[in-house]
Amino acid sequence: MPDFCGIALEHPVLNASGTYDAIAARKVFGDELLEDFPFSAFVSKTITPEPRAGNEPQRIWETPAGMINSIGLPNKGLERFLAEDLPQLAEMPVPLIVSVMATNRELFSRLVREVGERDEIAAIELNVSCPNVHSGLIVGENPDETQALLEALRPLTEKPLIVKLTPNVANPEAVAVAAEEGGADAVSLINTLKASALDPVTKQPALAAGHGGLSGPAVRPIALQQLRAVRAAVEMPLIGMGGISSGTDATEFLEAGATLVAVGTESFRDPRAGSRIAKELQTGVSDDPPRVGALDL
Amino acid sequence: MSAPFGRRLCEVATHQASGGYRIFSLIDREGSAPEPGQFYMLASEKGWGEGGGRPYLPRAISVAETAPSKDGVRLDFLVEGVGPGTDRLCELQAGESVWVTGPLGNAFSTPKQVKPDAAGAILVGGGIGIAPMAIWRRRLVEQGIPLRVLLGFRNQEHSGGLNELFCAAGTLCPDVRLASEDGHAGHQGFVTDLLVTMLAGDDATSAVVYSCGPPAMLEAVRALCADRGVACELAMESPMACGFGACFGCAVPKPEGGYMRLCVDGPVVRGDAVAEVAHA
Repeated sequence: MPDFCGIALEHPVLNASGTYDAIAARKVFGDELLEDFPFSAFVSKTITPEPRAGNEPQRIWETPAGMINSIGLPNKGLERFLAEDLPQLAEMPVPLIVSVMATNRELFSRLVREVGERDEIAAIELNVSCPNVHSGLIVGENPDETQALLEALRPLTEKPLIVKLTPNVANPEAVAVAAEEGGADAVSLINTLKASALDPVTKQPALAAGHGGLSGPAVRPIALQQLRAVRAAVEMPLIGMGGISSGTDATEFLEAGATLVAVGTESFRDPRAGSRIAKELQTGVSDDPPRVGALDL
Repeated sequence: MSAPFGRRLCEVATHQASGGYRIFSLIDREGSAPEPGQFYMLASEKGWGEGGGRPYLPRAISVAETAPSKDGVRLDFLVEGVGPGTDRLCELQAGESVWVTGPLGNAFSTPKQVKPDAAGAILVGGGIGIAPMAIWRRRLVEQGIPLRVLLGFRNQEHSGGLNELFCAAGTLCPDVRLASEDGHAGHQGFVTDLLVTMLAGDDATSAVVYSCGPPAMLEAVRALCADRGVACELAMESPMACGFGACFGCAVPKPEGGYMRLCVDGPVVRGDAVAEVAHA
Protein backbone atom coordinates (compact mmCIF):
# COMPACT_ATOMS: atom_id res chain seq x y z
CA MET A 1 0.00 0.00 0.00
CA PRO A 2 1.81 3.15 -1.19
CA ASP A 3 2.42 6.05 1.16
CA PHE A 4 2.43 9.41 -0.55
CA CYS A 5 3.51 12.37 1.62
CA GLY A 6 1.91 10.68 4.63
CA ILE A 7 -1.31 9.76 2.78
CA ALA A 8 -1.97 6.01 2.70
CA LEU A 9 -3.29 4.90 -0.68
CA GLU A 10 -4.81 1.59 -1.75
CA HIS A 11 -2.80 1.43 -4.98
CA PRO A 12 -0.49 3.71 -7.00
CA VAL A 13 -2.94 4.86 -9.71
CA LEU A 14 -4.48 8.35 -9.61
CA ASN A 15 -6.29 10.37 -12.27
CA ALA A 16 -4.58 13.25 -14.01
CA SER A 17 -6.19 16.57 -13.16
CA GLY A 18 -8.88 17.61 -15.60
CA THR A 19 -9.49 14.18 -17.06
CA TYR A 20 -12.24 12.84 -14.82
CA ASP A 21 -15.31 14.57 -13.38
CA ALA A 22 -16.31 12.28 -10.52
CA ILE A 23 -19.55 14.20 -9.95
CA ALA A 24 -20.66 13.83 -13.59
CA ALA A 25 -19.47 10.20 -13.69
CA ARG A 26 -21.57 9.39 -10.61
CA LYS A 27 -24.65 10.82 -12.35
CA VAL A 28 -23.94 8.77 -15.48
CA PHE A 29 -22.88 5.47 -13.88
CA GLY A 30 -24.60 5.66 -10.49
CA ASP A 31 -23.16 4.41 -7.23
CA GLU A 32 -21.33 1.62 -9.06
CA LEU A 33 -18.65 4.31 -9.47
CA LEU A 34 -18.16 4.43 -5.70
CA GLU A 35 -18.10 0.65 -5.32
CA ASP A 36 -15.15 0.28 -7.71
CA PHE A 37 -13.68 3.77 -7.73
CA PRO A 38 -10.95 3.71 -10.40
CA PHE A 39 -8.35 5.80 -8.58
CA SER A 40 -6.67 5.57 -5.16
CA ALA A 41 -6.92 9.35 -4.78
CA PHE A 42 -9.02 11.75 -6.79
CA VAL A 43 -7.45 14.86 -8.32
CA SER A 44 -9.96 17.62 -9.06
CA LYS A 45 -10.10 19.68 -12.20
CA THR A 46 -8.13 22.89 -11.75
CA ILE A 47 -9.95 25.50 -9.66
CA THR A 48 -9.33 29.20 -10.27
CA PRO A 49 -10.29 32.13 -8.00
CA GLU A 50 -13.14 33.24 -10.28
CA PRO A 51 -15.45 31.14 -12.49
CA ARG A 52 -14.24 30.38 -16.01
CA ALA A 53 -16.44 29.37 -18.96
CA GLY A 54 -13.57 27.71 -20.82
CA ASN A 55 -12.56 28.09 -24.43
CA GLU A 56 -14.94 28.26 -27.35
CA PRO A 57 -15.27 25.05 -29.38
CA GLN A 58 -13.61 23.34 -31.23
CA ARG A 59 -11.84 22.11 -28.09
CA ILE A 60 -10.55 18.64 -28.97
CA TRP A 61 -8.96 16.94 -31.98
CA GLU A 62 -8.00 13.30 -32.38
CA THR A 63 -4.39 12.67 -33.46
CA PRO A 64 -2.40 9.46 -34.03
CA ALA A 65 -2.48 7.60 -30.70
CA GLY A 66 -3.69 10.67 -28.88
CA MET A 67 -5.59 13.91 -28.89
CA ILE A 68 -5.03 17.64 -28.62
CA ASN A 69 -7.20 19.64 -26.23
CA SER A 70 -7.70 23.29 -25.53
CA ILE A 71 -10.44 23.16 -22.91
CA GLY A 72 -9.47 26.36 -21.13
CA LEU A 73 -9.97 25.31 -17.49
CA PRO A 74 -13.74 25.75 -17.20
CA ASN A 75 -14.66 25.71 -13.51
CA LYS A 76 -17.07 27.25 -11.02
CA GLY A 77 -14.49 29.35 -9.23
CA LEU A 78 -13.23 28.82 -5.69
CA GLU A 79 -16.34 29.92 -3.81
CA ARG A 80 -18.82 27.71 -5.65
CA PHE A 81 -16.35 24.81 -5.79
CA LEU A 82 -16.07 24.80 -2.01
CA ALA A 83 -19.82 25.25 -1.49
CA GLU A 84 -21.23 22.95 -4.21
CA ASP A 85 -18.62 20.48 -5.42
CA LEU A 86 -16.47 19.79 -2.38
CA PRO A 87 -19.29 18.10 -0.38
CA GLN A 88 -19.97 15.78 -3.33
CA LEU A 89 -16.29 15.03 -3.91
CA ALA A 90 -15.91 14.29 -0.20
CA GLU A 91 -18.37 11.40 -0.72
CA MET A 92 -15.88 9.65 -2.99
CA PRO A 93 -14.21 6.74 -1.19
CA VAL A 94 -10.62 8.03 -1.64
CA PRO A 95 -8.49 11.00 -0.52
CA LEU A 96 -9.05 14.21 -2.44
CA ILE A 97 -6.33 16.32 -4.06
CA VAL A 98 -7.44 19.73 -5.31
CA SER A 99 -5.70 21.36 -8.25
CA VAL A 100 -5.52 25.15 -8.19
CA MET A 101 -4.27 27.84 -10.55
CA ALA A 102 -4.15 31.64 -10.37
CA THR A 103 -2.64 34.41 -12.41
CA ASN A 104 -0.63 36.00 -9.61
CA ARG A 105 0.91 35.17 -6.24
CA GLU A 106 -1.76 36.93 -4.16
CA LEU A 107 -4.58 35.00 -5.81
CA PHE A 108 -2.61 31.76 -5.61
CA SER A 109 -2.15 32.44 -1.87
CA ARG A 110 -5.88 32.91 -1.42
CA LEU A 111 -6.56 29.57 -3.14
CA VAL A 112 -4.01 27.68 -1.07
CA ARG A 113 -5.19 29.27 2.21
CA GLU A 114 -8.87 28.54 1.63
CA VAL A 115 -8.38 25.07 0.16
CA GLY A 116 -5.81 24.27 2.86
CA GLU A 117 -8.34 24.97 5.62
CA ARG A 118 -10.67 22.19 4.49
CA ASP A 119 -10.36 18.85 6.23
CA GLU A 120 -11.92 17.05 3.25
CA ILE A 121 -8.84 17.88 1.18
CA ALA A 122 -5.68 15.79 1.60
CA ALA A 123 -3.28 17.66 -0.67
CA ILE A 124 -3.04 20.56 -3.10
CA GLU A 125 -1.68 20.41 -6.64
CA LEU A 126 -0.39 23.68 -8.08
CA ASN A 127 -1.10 24.01 -11.78
CA VAL A 128 1.81 26.09 -13.04
CA SER A 129 2.00 24.30 -16.35
CA CYS A 130 -1.30 24.41 -18.19
CA PRO A 131 -0.30 25.25 -21.76
CA ASN A 132 -3.66 26.85 -22.49
CA VAL A 133 -3.36 29.71 -20.04
CA HIS A 134 -0.63 32.23 -20.58
CA SER A 135 0.12 32.98 -16.95
CA GLY A 136 0.43 29.32 -15.98
CA LEU A 137 2.99 28.79 -18.69
CA ILE A 138 5.24 31.58 -17.44
CA VAL A 139 5.61 30.37 -13.83
CA GLY A 140 6.16 26.73 -14.72
CA GLU A 141 8.69 27.52 -17.42
CA ASN A 142 10.90 29.52 -15.11
CA PRO A 143 12.80 28.06 -12.12
CA ASP A 144 13.03 31.40 -10.29
CA GLU A 145 9.31 32.12 -10.69
CA THR A 146 8.49 28.61 -9.52
CA GLN A 147 10.72 28.82 -6.45
CA ALA A 148 9.35 32.25 -5.53
CA LEU A 149 5.77 31.00 -5.83
CA LEU A 150 6.49 28.00 -3.62
CA GLU A 151 8.23 30.16 -1.02
CA ALA A 152 5.13 32.36 -0.91
CA LEU A 153 2.70 29.45 -0.62
CA ARG A 154 4.64 27.04 1.60
CA PRO A 155 3.96 28.89 4.89
CA LEU A 156 0.21 29.01 4.19
CA THR A 157 -0.63 25.33 4.65
CA GLU A 158 0.70 22.15 6.17
CA LYS A 159 -0.94 20.09 3.47
CA PRO A 160 1.31 18.50 0.86
CA LEU A 161 1.96 20.82 -2.09
CA ILE A 162 2.41 19.07 -5.45
CA VAL A 163 3.78 21.05 -8.39
CA LYS A 164 2.55 19.96 -11.81
CA LEU A 165 5.41 20.39 -14.25
CA THR A 166 5.09 21.49 -17.83
CA PRO A 167 6.99 19.45 -20.41
CA ASN A 168 7.30 22.49 -22.67
CA VAL A 169 10.75 23.48 -21.40
CA ALA A 170 14.28 22.43 -22.23
CA ASN A 171 15.12 21.36 -18.66
CA PRO A 172 12.15 20.28 -16.55
CA GLU A 173 14.59 19.09 -13.89
CA ALA A 174 15.68 22.71 -13.25
CA VAL A 175 12.08 23.66 -12.49
CA ALA A 176 11.67 20.57 -10.31
CA VAL A 177 14.78 21.45 -8.31
CA ALA A 178 13.46 25.01 -7.86
CA ALA A 179 10.11 23.65 -6.68
CA GLU A 180 11.84 21.38 -4.17
CA GLU A 181 14.01 24.21 -2.86
CA GLY A 182 10.89 26.36 -2.56
CA GLY A 183 9.28 23.78 -0.30
CA ALA A 184 7.22 21.56 -2.61
CA ASP A 185 6.45 18.08 -1.28
CA ALA A 186 6.16 16.38 -4.67
CA VAL A 187 5.98 17.03 -8.38
CA SER A 188 3.67 15.52 -10.96
CA LEU A 189 4.66 15.26 -14.61
CA ILE A 190 4.01 15.64 -17.43
CA ASN A 191 1.27 18.05 -18.36
CA THR A 192 0.29 18.10 -22.05
CA LEU A 193 2.72 19.03 -24.80
CA LYS A 194 2.04 22.15 -26.81
CA ALA A 195 0.64 21.00 -30.15
CA SER A 196 -1.57 21.96 -33.05
CA ALA A 197 -3.42 20.38 -35.95
CA LEU A 198 -4.93 21.67 -39.18
CA ASP A 199 -8.49 20.95 -40.18
CA PRO A 200 -7.99 19.03 -43.45
CA VAL A 201 -11.02 20.68 -45.05
CA THR A 202 -10.52 24.33 -44.08
CA LYS A 203 -6.70 24.20 -43.76
CA GLN A 204 -7.17 26.36 -40.68
CA PRO A 205 -6.11 25.43 -37.13
CA ALA A 206 -8.42 22.65 -35.99
CA LEU A 207 -8.86 24.10 -32.51
CA ALA A 208 -10.55 27.44 -31.97
CA ALA A 209 -7.73 28.49 -29.66
CA GLY A 210 -5.25 27.80 -32.46
CA HIS A 211 -3.26 25.28 -30.43
CA GLY A 212 -3.66 23.02 -27.44
CA GLY A 213 -1.99 20.24 -25.47
CA LEU A 214 -1.20 16.77 -26.77
CA SER A 215 -1.93 13.72 -24.62
CA GLY A 216 -2.33 9.97 -25.04
CA PRO A 217 0.15 7.18 -25.88
CA ALA A 218 1.85 9.47 -28.42
CA VAL A 219 3.52 11.41 -25.56
CA ARG A 220 4.50 8.46 -23.35
CA PRO A 221 8.19 8.11 -24.34
CA ILE A 222 8.68 11.86 -23.82
CA ALA A 223 7.02 11.68 -20.42
CA LEU A 224 9.16 8.73 -19.41
CA GLN A 225 12.38 10.54 -20.32
CA GLN A 226 11.35 13.69 -18.44
CA LEU A 227 10.46 11.58 -15.42
CA ARG A 228 13.89 9.95 -15.49
CA ALA A 229 15.60 13.34 -15.75
CA VAL A 230 13.61 14.78 -12.86
CA ARG A 231 14.11 11.62 -10.78
CA ALA A 232 17.86 12.08 -11.07
CA ALA A 233 17.61 15.70 -9.91
CA VAL A 234 15.29 15.70 -6.86
CA GLU A 235 14.60 13.59 -3.77
CA MET A 236 10.85 14.17 -3.37
CA PRO A 237 8.11 11.78 -4.54
CA LEU A 238 7.05 11.96 -8.20
CA ILE A 239 3.70 11.31 -9.80
CA GLY A 240 4.37 10.09 -13.33
CA MET A 241 1.88 10.45 -16.16
CA GLY A 242 1.68 10.81 -19.91
CA GLY A 243 -0.14 8.29 -22.09
CA ILE A 244 -0.30 5.46 -19.55
CA SER A 245 -2.84 2.96 -20.86
CA SER A 246 -1.90 -0.37 -19.28
CA GLY A 247 -0.15 -1.97 -16.34
CA THR A 248 2.90 -2.44 -18.55
CA ASP A 249 3.04 1.30 -19.21
CA ALA A 250 2.58 2.10 -15.53
CA THR A 251 5.39 -0.28 -14.62
CA GLU A 252 7.79 1.65 -16.85
CA PHE A 253 7.05 4.85 -14.94
CA LEU A 254 7.28 3.18 -11.54
CA GLU A 255 10.59 1.56 -12.45
CA ALA A 256 11.88 4.94 -13.63
CA GLY A 257 11.27 6.25 -10.13
CA ALA A 258 7.67 7.39 -9.94
CA THR A 259 6.02 6.88 -6.54
CA LEU A 260 2.58 7.03 -8.13
CA VAL A 261 1.23 7.16 -11.65
CA ALA A 262 -1.76 8.96 -13.09
CA VAL A 263 -4.09 8.06 -15.93
CA GLY A 264 -5.70 10.72 -18.09
CA THR A 265 -6.68 10.24 -21.69
CA GLU A 266 -7.09 6.46 -21.36
CA SER A 267 -10.05 7.07 -19.03
CA PHE A 268 -11.87 8.71 -21.96
CA ARG A 269 -11.66 5.38 -23.81
CA ASP A 270 -12.24 3.20 -20.78
CA PRO A 271 -14.01 4.82 -17.81
CA ARG A 272 -12.58 2.12 -15.49
CA ALA A 273 -9.02 2.34 -16.87
CA GLY A 274 -7.67 3.36 -13.46
CA SER A 275 -8.79 0.24 -11.64
CA ARG A 276 -7.91 -1.94 -14.64
CA ILE A 277 -4.34 -0.61 -14.63
CA ALA A 278 -4.07 -0.96 -10.83
CA LYS A 279 -5.17 -4.58 -11.17
CA GLU A 280 -2.74 -5.19 -14.02
CA LEU A 281 0.05 -3.78 -11.84
CA GLN A 282 -0.92 -6.09 -9.02
CA THR A 283 -1.16 -9.23 -11.13
CA GLY A 284 1.60 -8.33 -13.58
CA VAL A 285 -0.73 -9.20 -16.44
CA SER A 286 -1.69 -6.56 -18.99
CA ASP A 287 -3.98 -6.88 -21.96
CA ASP A 288 -1.12 -5.72 -24.18
CA PRO A 289 0.32 -8.05 -26.77
CA PRO A 290 3.19 -10.12 -25.31
CA ARG A 291 6.58 -8.41 -25.38
CA VAL A 292 9.09 -10.24 -27.51
CA GLY A 293 12.78 -9.55 -27.03
CA ALA A 294 14.67 -6.32 -26.53
CA LEU A 295 13.23 -4.63 -29.60
CA ASP A 296 9.64 -5.34 -28.55
CA LEU A 297 8.97 -6.82 -31.95
CA MET B 1 -31.46 4.27 -15.03
CA SER B 2 -27.70 4.68 -14.99
CA ALA B 3 -25.36 3.03 -17.47
CA PRO B 4 -23.23 0.07 -16.32
CA PHE B 5 -19.95 1.53 -15.05
CA GLY B 6 -17.27 1.20 -17.71
CA ARG B 7 -17.05 -0.30 -21.16
CA ARG B 8 -17.96 -3.83 -22.19
CA LEU B 9 -17.58 -5.95 -25.29
CA CYS B 10 -20.73 -6.55 -27.31
CA GLU B 11 -20.97 -8.85 -30.30
CA VAL B 12 -22.00 -7.63 -33.74
CA ALA B 13 -25.10 -9.64 -34.64
CA THR B 14 -25.80 -8.23 -38.10
CA HIS B 15 -24.14 -5.66 -40.34
CA GLN B 16 -25.49 -4.63 -43.73
CA ALA B 17 -25.33 -1.92 -46.38
CA SER B 18 -28.23 0.49 -46.62
CA GLY B 19 -28.47 3.37 -49.10
CA GLY B 20 -24.85 4.42 -48.84
CA TYR B 21 -24.75 3.88 -45.06
CA ARG B 22 -24.30 0.76 -42.94
CA ILE B 23 -26.76 -0.44 -40.32
CA PHE B 24 -25.60 -2.87 -37.67
CA SER B 25 -26.86 -4.54 -34.52
CA LEU B 26 -25.01 -5.25 -31.29
CA ILE B 27 -26.17 -7.54 -28.51
CA ASP B 28 -25.71 -5.90 -25.12
CA ARG B 29 -25.92 -8.43 -22.27
CA GLU B 30 -25.42 -5.91 -19.47
CA GLY B 31 -26.99 -2.53 -20.13
CA SER B 32 -30.61 -1.50 -19.76
CA ALA B 33 -32.60 -0.63 -22.88
CA PRO B 34 -31.78 2.88 -24.13
CA GLU B 35 -34.29 5.71 -24.26
CA PRO B 36 -34.87 7.49 -27.59
CA GLY B 37 -32.19 10.14 -28.11
CA GLN B 38 -29.52 8.44 -26.04
CA PHE B 39 -26.15 7.39 -27.47
CA TYR B 40 -23.26 4.98 -26.92
CA MET B 41 -19.49 5.34 -27.19
CA LEU B 42 -18.32 2.65 -29.64
CA ALA B 43 -14.89 1.33 -30.61
CA SER B 44 -14.13 -1.96 -32.31
CA GLU B 45 -12.14 -4.40 -30.18
CA LYS B 46 -9.73 -5.10 -33.05
CA GLY B 47 -8.34 -2.66 -35.57
CA TRP B 48 -8.93 0.45 -33.51
CA GLY B 49 -5.78 2.57 -33.50
CA GLU B 50 -3.60 -0.08 -35.07
CA GLY B 51 -1.43 0.92 -38.00
CA GLY B 52 -1.62 4.69 -38.34
CA GLY B 53 -2.66 5.29 -34.74
CA ARG B 54 -6.19 6.36 -35.60
CA PRO B 55 -9.00 5.92 -34.75
CA TYR B 56 -7.91 6.33 -31.14
CA LEU B 57 -10.94 7.64 -29.27
CA PRO B 58 -14.31 5.86 -29.21
CA ARG B 59 -17.08 7.40 -31.33
CA ALA B 60 -20.40 8.72 -30.01
CA ILE B 61 -23.22 7.09 -32.00
CA SER B 62 -26.92 7.66 -31.39
CA VAL B 63 -29.05 4.55 -31.07
CA ALA B 64 -31.48 4.06 -33.99
CA GLU B 65 -33.60 1.20 -32.65
CA THR B 66 -33.64 -1.33 -29.85
CA ALA B 67 -35.47 -4.52 -29.03
CA PRO B 68 -35.18 -7.25 -26.44
CA SER B 69 -33.48 -10.40 -27.69
CA LYS B 70 -32.88 -13.76 -26.06
CA ASP B 71 -29.26 -12.84 -25.28
CA GLY B 72 -29.75 -9.27 -24.17
CA VAL B 73 -30.73 -5.89 -25.53
CA ARG B 74 -30.36 -5.53 -29.29
CA LEU B 75 -28.94 -2.13 -30.23
CA ASP B 76 -29.15 -0.87 -33.83
CA PHE B 77 -26.85 1.85 -35.14
CA LEU B 78 -26.79 3.67 -38.47
CA VAL B 79 -23.32 4.79 -39.56
CA GLU B 80 -21.76 6.63 -42.48
CA GLY B 81 -18.02 6.37 -43.07
CA VAL B 82 -16.75 9.93 -42.81
CA GLY B 83 -13.42 9.36 -41.06
CA PRO B 84 -11.22 6.63 -39.57
CA GLY B 85 -13.60 5.79 -36.70
CA THR B 86 -16.82 5.57 -38.67
CA ASP B 87 -14.94 3.85 -41.53
CA ARG B 88 -13.92 1.11 -39.09
CA LEU B 89 -17.46 0.81 -37.73
CA CYS B 90 -18.64 0.45 -41.33
CA GLU B 91 -16.20 -2.43 -41.86
CA LEU B 92 -17.38 -4.46 -38.86
CA GLN B 93 -18.34 -8.06 -39.55
CA ALA B 94 -20.92 -10.16 -37.77
CA GLY B 95 -19.21 -12.01 -34.91
CA GLU B 96 -16.69 -9.22 -34.17
CA SER B 97 -16.76 -7.45 -30.83
CA VAL B 98 -17.22 -3.77 -30.07
CA TRP B 99 -16.36 -1.88 -26.88
CA VAL B 100 -19.54 -0.22 -25.69
CA THR B 101 -20.14 2.41 -23.00
CA GLY B 102 -23.71 3.51 -22.39
CA PRO B 103 -26.54 4.22 -22.72
CA LEU B 104 -25.37 7.79 -22.26
CA GLY B 105 -26.94 11.23 -22.28
CA ASN B 106 -30.54 12.32 -21.90
CA ALA B 107 -33.57 11.35 -23.97
CA PHE B 108 -36.36 13.13 -25.82
CA SER B 109 -39.21 14.45 -23.68
CA THR B 110 -42.79 13.65 -24.61
CA PRO B 111 -44.74 16.52 -26.19
CA LYS B 112 -46.70 17.08 -22.97
CA GLN B 113 -43.48 17.18 -20.94
CA VAL B 114 -42.23 19.92 -23.23
CA LYS B 115 -45.55 21.80 -23.32
CA PRO B 116 -48.59 20.71 -21.27
CA ASP B 117 -51.10 21.59 -24.00
CA ALA B 118 -49.11 19.99 -26.84
CA ALA B 119 -51.28 17.99 -29.23
CA GLY B 120 -48.67 16.00 -31.14
CA ALA B 121 -45.18 15.71 -32.52
CA ILE B 122 -43.38 16.63 -35.72
CA LEU B 123 -40.13 14.72 -36.26
CA VAL B 124 -37.57 16.21 -38.65
CA GLY B 125 -34.57 14.08 -39.59
CA GLY B 126 -31.81 14.65 -42.11
CA GLY B 127 -29.25 12.21 -43.52
CA ILE B 128 -27.59 10.09 -40.87
CA GLY B 129 -29.67 12.07 -38.33
CA ILE B 130 -32.75 10.03 -39.14
CA ALA B 131 -31.40 7.39 -36.74
CA PRO B 132 -32.72 8.70 -33.39
CA MET B 133 -35.97 9.76 -35.11
CA ALA B 134 -36.69 6.08 -35.79
CA ILE B 135 -36.63 4.89 -32.19
CA TRP B 136 -38.49 8.04 -31.08
CA ARG B 137 -41.14 7.59 -33.75
CA ARG B 138 -41.83 4.02 -32.63
CA ARG B 139 -42.10 5.09 -28.99
CA LEU B 140 -44.54 7.91 -29.84
CA VAL B 141 -46.66 5.55 -31.97
CA GLU B 142 -46.79 3.06 -29.08
CA GLN B 143 -47.96 5.84 -26.78
CA GLY B 144 -50.71 6.84 -29.26
CA ILE B 145 -49.31 10.34 -29.71
CA PRO B 146 -50.25 11.89 -33.10
CA LEU B 147 -47.18 12.54 -35.21
CA ARG B 148 -45.77 13.42 -38.60
CA VAL B 149 -42.26 12.48 -39.70
CA LEU B 150 -40.31 14.56 -42.22
CA LEU B 151 -37.08 13.06 -43.53
CA GLY B 152 -34.58 14.69 -45.87
CA PHE B 153 -31.67 13.35 -47.89
CA ARG B 154 -29.00 14.87 -50.08
CA ASN B 155 -29.25 12.07 -52.66
CA GLN B 156 -29.70 8.32 -52.92
CA GLU B 157 -26.16 7.68 -51.67
CA HIS B 158 -27.07 9.47 -48.44
CA SER B 159 -30.43 7.87 -47.78
CA GLY B 160 -29.51 4.82 -45.73
CA GLY B 161 -31.74 3.39 -43.04
CA LEU B 162 -35.00 4.37 -44.67
CA ASN B 163 -36.08 0.82 -45.52
CA GLU B 164 -34.95 -0.68 -42.24
CA LEU B 165 -36.18 2.04 -39.91
CA PHE B 166 -39.21 3.74 -41.51
CA CYS B 167 -40.87 1.08 -43.64
CA ALA B 168 -43.29 -1.69 -42.74
CA ALA B 169 -43.64 -4.66 -45.12
CA GLY B 170 -41.60 -2.78 -47.72
CA THR B 171 -43.85 0.27 -47.70
CA LEU B 172 -43.01 3.67 -46.24
CA CYS B 173 -44.92 4.24 -43.01
CA PRO B 174 -47.95 6.46 -43.76
CA ASP B 175 -46.91 9.22 -41.35
CA VAL B 176 -43.57 9.76 -43.13
CA ARG B 177 -42.92 12.45 -45.81
CA LEU B 178 -39.67 12.63 -47.75
CA ALA B 179 -37.58 15.37 -49.28
CA SER B 180 -34.40 15.00 -51.32
CA GLU B 181 -32.10 17.63 -52.69
CA ASP B 182 -31.66 15.72 -55.97
CA GLY B 183 -35.36 14.90 -56.23
CA HIS B 184 -34.89 11.13 -56.23
CA ALA B 185 -37.57 10.73 -53.58
CA GLY B 186 -40.41 12.94 -52.38
CA HIS B 187 -40.24 16.72 -52.48
CA GLN B 188 -37.24 18.08 -54.34
CA GLY B 189 -35.55 20.42 -51.92
CA PHE B 190 -34.88 20.64 -48.21
CA VAL B 191 -36.77 18.83 -45.49
CA THR B 192 -37.21 22.22 -43.85
CA ASP B 193 -39.40 23.22 -46.84
CA LEU B 194 -41.81 20.52 -45.65
CA LEU B 195 -41.58 21.84 -42.11
CA VAL B 196 -42.41 25.40 -43.24
CA THR B 197 -45.53 24.12 -44.99
CA MET B 198 -46.54 22.00 -42.04
CA LEU B 199 -46.06 24.80 -39.51
CA ALA B 200 -48.30 27.03 -41.64
CA GLY B 201 -51.23 24.70 -40.86
CA ASP B 202 -53.85 25.68 -38.28
CA ASP B 203 -52.99 23.26 -35.52
CA ALA B 204 -49.29 22.81 -36.22
CA THR B 205 -48.11 25.34 -33.65
CA SER B 206 -49.54 23.13 -30.92
CA ALA B 207 -47.08 20.41 -31.89
CA VAL B 208 -43.60 19.92 -30.52
CA VAL B 209 -40.84 19.57 -33.10
CA TYR B 210 -38.04 17.02 -32.62
CA SER B 211 -35.05 17.10 -34.90
CA CYS B 212 -31.70 15.51 -35.67
CA GLY B 213 -29.53 16.12 -38.69
CA PRO B 214 -26.63 18.13 -40.05
CA PRO B 215 -25.87 21.38 -38.17
CA ALA B 216 -27.17 23.66 -40.94
CA MET B 217 -30.50 21.78 -40.94
CA LEU B 218 -30.73 21.84 -37.14
CA GLU B 219 -30.11 25.58 -37.12
CA ALA B 220 -32.83 26.07 -39.77
CA VAL B 221 -35.26 24.01 -37.67
CA ARG B 222 -34.34 25.87 -34.49
CA ALA B 223 -34.80 29.28 -36.17
CA LEU B 224 -38.11 28.29 -37.85
CA CYS B 225 -39.51 27.07 -34.54
CA ALA B 226 -38.23 30.11 -32.64
CA ASP B 227 -39.83 32.48 -35.17
CA ARG B 228 -43.19 30.73 -34.88
CA GLY B 229 -43.16 30.14 -31.14
CA VAL B 230 -43.09 26.36 -31.61
CA ALA B 231 -41.31 24.33 -28.94
CA CYS B 232 -38.57 22.06 -30.21
CA GLU B 233 -35.97 19.56 -29.04
CA LEU B 234 -32.77 19.06 -31.01
CA ALA B 235 -30.55 15.97 -30.82
CA MET B 236 -27.13 17.53 -31.37
CA GLU B 237 -23.61 16.37 -32.08
CA SER B 238 -20.29 17.73 -30.83
CA PRO B 239 -16.72 16.42 -30.76
CA MET B 240 -16.63 14.08 -27.79
CA ALA B 241 -13.74 12.02 -26.38
CA CYS B 242 -15.43 10.30 -23.44
CA GLY B 243 -19.25 10.60 -23.37
CA PHE B 244 -19.49 10.80 -19.57
CA GLY B 245 -18.51 14.35 -18.66
CA ALA B 246 -14.78 13.83 -18.24
CA CYS B 247 -13.12 15.48 -21.22
CA PHE B 248 -15.07 18.78 -21.50
CA GLY B 249 -14.58 18.62 -25.27
CA CYS B 250 -18.22 18.69 -26.35
CA ALA B 251 -18.90 22.29 -25.33
CA VAL B 252 -22.01 23.87 -26.87
CA PRO B 253 -22.67 27.60 -26.30
CA LYS B 254 -25.67 28.53 -24.16
CA PRO B 255 -27.76 31.61 -25.06
CA GLU B 256 -27.02 33.26 -21.70
CA GLY B 257 -23.26 32.74 -22.18
CA GLY B 258 -21.00 29.92 -21.14
CA TYR B 259 -21.18 26.35 -22.36
CA MET B 260 -22.95 23.09 -21.68
CA ARG B 261 -21.33 19.66 -22.00
CA LEU B 262 -23.41 17.96 -24.66
CA CYS B 263 -22.68 14.44 -23.33
CA VAL B 264 -24.21 15.01 -19.90
CA ASP B 265 -26.48 18.05 -20.54
CA GLY B 266 -27.62 16.64 -23.92
CA PRO B 267 -27.45 15.32 -26.56
CA VAL B 268 -31.14 16.31 -26.62
CA VAL B 269 -31.42 20.04 -26.00
CA ARG B 270 -34.40 22.39 -26.02
CA GLY B 271 -34.25 24.77 -28.96
CA ASP B 272 -34.33 27.77 -26.63
CA ALA B 273 -31.50 26.33 -24.50
CA VAL B 274 -28.85 26.69 -27.20
CA ALA B 275 -27.46 29.68 -28.96
CA GLU B 276 -27.45 29.46 -32.75
CA VAL B 277 -26.37 25.97 -33.88
CA ALA B 278 -22.87 26.47 -35.28
CA HIS B 279 -22.49 25.31 -38.88
CA ALA B 280 -20.04 25.85 -41.71
